[in-house]
Amino acid sequence: MSGASQTALDLDLRFYEQMLLIRRAEEKIAEHYFEDDMKTPVHMSVGQEAIPVAVIAALAPDDDLLGTYRSHALYLARAANVGDFFLEMYGRGGAPQKGKAGSMHLASPAHGVQATSAVVGTTIPVALGVAYANKRLESGKRTAVFFGDGAIDEGAFWESLNYACSEKLPLVFVCEDNRLAIHSKAADRHGYDAIGKVVEQFRCHVVTSDSTDPAELYRLTREALALQDESGWPVFMHLECYRYLEHVGVGEDFKFGYRDMEEYERWRSRDSIELVRARLLASGQSEADLEAIEARIAAELVAAVAAAKVAPFPEPAELYRDVFA
Amino acid sequence: MSAQTMQYREALNAAMAQELERDERVFVFGLDVPDHRGIFGSTIGLVDRFGPERVHGTPLSEDAMTGLALGAAMKGLRPVHVHIRVDFLLLATNQLLNMVSTQRYLSGGQHEIPLVIRAVIGRGWGQGAQHSKSLQSLYAHIPGLKVVMPTTPNDAKGLLVSAIRSNDPVIMLEHRWLYDVSGEVTCGEEGIPLGKAARVREGTDLTVVATSWMNVEAKLAAEILHKEAGVSLEIIDPRTLYPLDMDAITASVKKTGHCVVADYDWAFCGFSAEVAAQVHERCFGDLRSPVTRIGFAHVPCPTTRCLENEFYPNAADIVRAVEGKLGLDPIDLSGYDLYSWEHRFKGPF
Repeated sequence: MSGASQTALDLDLRFYEQMLLIRRAEEKIAEHYFEDDMKTPVHMSVGQEAIPVAVIAALAPDDDLLGTYRSHALYLARAANVGDFFLEMYGRGGAPQKGKAGSMHLASPAHGVQATSAVVGTTIPVALGVAYANKRLESGKRTAVFFGDGAIDEGAFWESLNYACSEKLPLVFVCEDNRLAIHSKAADRHGYDAIGKVVEQFRCHVVTSDSTDPAELYRLTREALALQDESGWPVFMHLECYRYLEHVGVGEDFKFGYRDMEEYERWRSRDSIELVRARLLASGQSEADLEAIEARIAAELVAAVAAAKVAPFPEPAELYRDVFA
Repeated sequence: MSAQTMQYREALNAAMAQELERDERVFVFGLDVPDHRGIFGSTIGLVDRFGPERVHGTPLSEDAMTGLALGAAMKGLRPVHVHIRVDFLLLATNQLLNMVSTQRYLSGGQHEIPLVIRAVIGRGWGQGAQHSKSLQSLYAHIPGLKVVMPTTPNDAKGLLVSAIRSNDPVIMLEHRWLYDVSGEVTCGEEGIPLGKAARVREGTDLTVVATSWMNVEAKLAAEILHKEAGVSLEIIDPRTLYPLDMDAITASVKKTGHCVVADYDWAFCGFSAEVAAQVHERCFGDLRSPVTRIGFAHVPCPTTRCLENEFYPNAADIVRAVEGKLGLDPIDLSGYDLYSWEHRFKGPF
């Protein structure tokens, strides 16, 4: 099991580096998006970085992952490859996905990131199959599938939850609940109050939290995984979070009035990155140590963007490749 | 391997048993796959032989179960997902059209998707609008899916073997009445390659491109036309609708100069329209009449027998189309039993 012997400080350093990489990468997207060279709709993770970073740290490094169209964080937390990331964002032929995927279908099977999808809820059944295969093949791997609260409105979630619990599949459902389906609020969509209470009726372990601290989310995940090891039951994690930016695009959208600044400020005051940074300083890391990390990440991103912008596009014949074996 | 006479259902069963035996990664699943009826006999005995881990049922969750097949295929298993009616497969349209068909492409070729979906199609016994569709035109329209429609027991076995060994998603559509048809199975253990048409009958005067059950009707029409008017029909069964063996169809039409496409599906925006368009593109100078299409009436399938008979095309429709194209006098069909299968099949399902 990864992380078992890691100290709290090691973990905080890992969380800080990964969350910062994700946020700075998305800021880099925002910086260049107006140039109209990165032609792919982007759904930003800003504000929601802690959940994928913490859950992935708690999992084994070769456990399987599936996600949504808002998966920059998931991809970078596992693959950590900003070079390939920006090649794909810029639609360049040298990216492993050859520009056919873009932001909404990022995957890296070599790193266990099996699939992400732009239709809400559609990777949940696929995760079921990945978990089914891992069980059949006795690989010892878990599968974690990340989705938003909007996916719980879909039948695919309930079909998959039912089957996973019925068959005791080694699956971890991770609901990143920002209470918004595009712009529709949870209260306007739900005929129930607490999803955790509903899911508790299934044979699975339920975790609920609104923490923005990756150390706490890591601890909760490890506890749930330990229970899963004993029972074989799936895990359902209901984790609240807040999306700082608009649903799709690189800007803010508070002026439209469907959500208020006060809610944003409440979450912003608990920002995961600032929280971990403060703890690192309190535990003896120097400002200079952290600035060195920040400078390294900034340089990596500048290099990745520069390399992607001059990389060749796929040749036209690429259009017809990869449809069939 | 020596030839064996077997029913279509037995041929399907034999193909799955052979591949389950040969390859540990193969598994067969779907609602009622392991029950006492075994999908009209096609899965009978498989659970006893290979165990519930590799042959099992599912909840009524077509969408999630299709995702399960996809995820399992991505991880190297080789699922065969069975639907007792293609109409139920529509509940998995999202997984099929958004996920199964796209994942190899979107991954830049990093994912292999060795996945087979078997679904029963077509006429039964008053099946009505929701237990009777074929839908090959719909699935063949989607890039990333291969579509197979075996007509004979030999093709059923050979094409299913190839579908299971293929590293791509294959949808296999099996007509309910064909399950009762017996024939010689001559294909070897390696199966019959996907993408190759079969010349079911050699002829000189007119080409009939027929899918699935329409081959049975086309053969009867050919016998009638030969006996009553001395007309020699050539029948081409594409067997695989995508990728389509247009070369075989083109060669036949260039020889005969006439083409009827008898597809077991709705004609409007259908597979028959695709074949007709391609025949016109490739054979225009050789055609002596425009391509004629025969398909379902463009209505939902009714239940009552008299309207059902109007809905489904049969040998009489092919005979009349050929008469029109060749300028023949109408043949008296009153002495022919054009509804023998309708009379034979007693349901209930």
